[in-house]
Amino acid sequence: MSAGLVPASDLEKEDVRQALAYAAEFADNQSIRSPLDGVSSVGYLLGVAAHDHDHEGGSTLSEMDLRVRALERILVEKGYVETAALDRIIEAYETKVGPHIGARVIAKAWSDPSFRQSLLEDASKAVGTLAEVGRVGEHLVAVENTPQLHNMVVCTLCSCYPWDVLGLPPVWYKSFAYRSRVVKEPRSVLADFGVVLPASTEIRVWDSTAETRFLVVPVRPAGTDGWSETQLASLVTRDCMVGTGLPKNPGEVA
Amino acid sequence: MDGIHDMGGMDGFGRVEPEANEPPFHEPWEGRVLAMGRAVRGLGAWNIDVDRYGIESLPPHVYLASSYYQRWFLRTVRLLAEREMVKADEMDAGHTLRPGRDMGRGAFALADVERVMRRGSFGRPTPAPAQFKIGDRVRARNIHPKSHTRLPRYVRGHVGVVERVQGCYVFPDSVVAGKGEDPQWLYTVRFDARELWGADADPTVKVSVEAFEPYLEHV
Repeated sequence: MSAGLVPASDLEKEDVRQALAYAAEFADNQSIRSPLDGVSSVGYLLGVAAHDHDHEGGSTLSEMDLRVRALERILVEKGYVETAALDRIIEAYETKVGPHIGARVIAKAWSDPSFRQSLLEDASKAVGTLAEVGRVGEHLVAVENTPQLHNMVVCTLCSCYPWDVLGLPPVWYKSFAYRSRVVKEPRSVLADFGVVLPASTEIRVWDSTAETRFLVVPVRPAGTDGWSETQLASLVTRDCMVGTGLPKNPGEVA
Repeated sequence: MDGIHDMGGMDGFGRVEPEANEPPFHEPWEGRVLAMGRAVRGLGAWNIDVDRYGIESLPPHVYLASSYYQRWFLRTVRLLAEREMVKADEMDAGHTLRPGRDMGRGAFALADVERVMRRGSFGRPTPAPAQFKIGDRVRARNIHPKSHTRLPRYVRGHVGVVERVQGCYVFPDSVVAGKGEDPQWLYTVRFDARELWGADADPTVKVSVEAFEPYLEHV
C-alpha cells in the first residue's frame, strides 16, 4: 500500500498504522540496492537491517543481541576495549546520571535568585558550583519559562540532549515524530503530552544543531512558598526541563 | 548532505508517544551498543561529528527501519570497518580473524570512562572578529553540501535574527570533510514560524537554530 493514498486524518487509525508497519517491514526485506553499495561494510549493514526485527516477547536471543555480543567479543579480542569499562558506562546511566541532577539545579534556581542569575548567564559554570552535582559539560544554556513564554528543546538532526544533567534522552525525544513536528507544530506536540497552553503564550523551540545544550527552567509552581530545595526538586520532571511538560503541582507530591 | 536524518518539518510520522517510567535501556544489548560506541570513539580515531555522519549517511530505508540503538550499532560497525579496525569478514565470523590495529593508547579501560561521560569541549580561540552581532537580520544560506552539515534544510533561505553570539567552536562540516577543526563563530538565530512555514503558521511560535558563521549571510 502507499501512504500517499491515505488521508492525513486517517493516519492514526490502528489498521492504517499496522499496514504502514507491514509496508516498512516488507520494504526492509527486499534486497534494495543502495547508492552506497560497494562502500565497505554496507552489505553487512543491509544484512543486519533486513534480518533484525523486534522479537517482542521472544525468549531466545535476538539476532540483534547475537550481533552485538559478537562485536563486543571482537573489540575485546583485538585489545580495543575492556569489558569492565563498558560495564561502568552502562552502570553510570542506569544508576547515577539522570533527571534528578537537573531537578536539583532547577530547585536551586527557584530558591536562590543569585544562583538563578548565574545559571541564566553561564549554566555550565553555575551548575559546576553545586557540590552535589559537580562539573558538567561545557556550553550548557539555561532558558527560562515565564507566564508569557514557553521554551521547548529538540534536536531535529540527531539526538543532542544535555545528557550530563538529564541522563539518557527518552525514546520519544529521539523519535521521528518529535524531531519532525516540534519545530512546525509545537502546540500539537504538547497536546500529545497532555499539555495545553494559553493561545497567547509565545512558544520558543530551540533546535540543538551545535554543541550548545539547552535546559528549560520552568515556572515555579504556585503554593510552594517556604518549600525546601529537596521538596521543590520533587516537583521537577524530566519533561518540564525539556519543555514537553510542566512541573508537578504541590498537591501531587504531598 | 540532504539526508533522511534532516527531519525538521516533515509530516507523516504520527503522534509522539511518551512512555511512562521508561527504563534506561529496553534491551540489555542497547546498553552494550551505547557503551561500545562511546568507548571506540574514545580511542581517538574519530570524533562526535564523524559519529553523527556515520548515522545520517546510512541508506535512508535502513535509517527509517532501524531503532535508535540499531543505528548506533550500524554506525559503529561501519566506522570500524572503514578504518580497518574490524573488517566485515570478522563481523560475519563473529570473532577476530587478525590482530587489532595499534591505536596508540592501549585498550579503552576503566580509567578512560570518566573522560567520555562528560560532553567534550568544542570551544576554540577566535581566529577573526565575529561578522554578526546580536539583533542583526541574517539569512541562512541556501546551501546543499554533499557531506556533513549542521544547517537544517527547513531554515535554508530564510531570514532570522541573531539572538546570541555563542563563541567560537569546532566546525563540524570541516572535521567530517577531513579538513581539521577550522573553528567558526556560532550564533543562535531565531526565526518566526511564519517565515519558515508560511502565513498559516502559528504566529506565537519562534524557532531557533545554532548556526555557524559560514551558514549565514547579511540581509
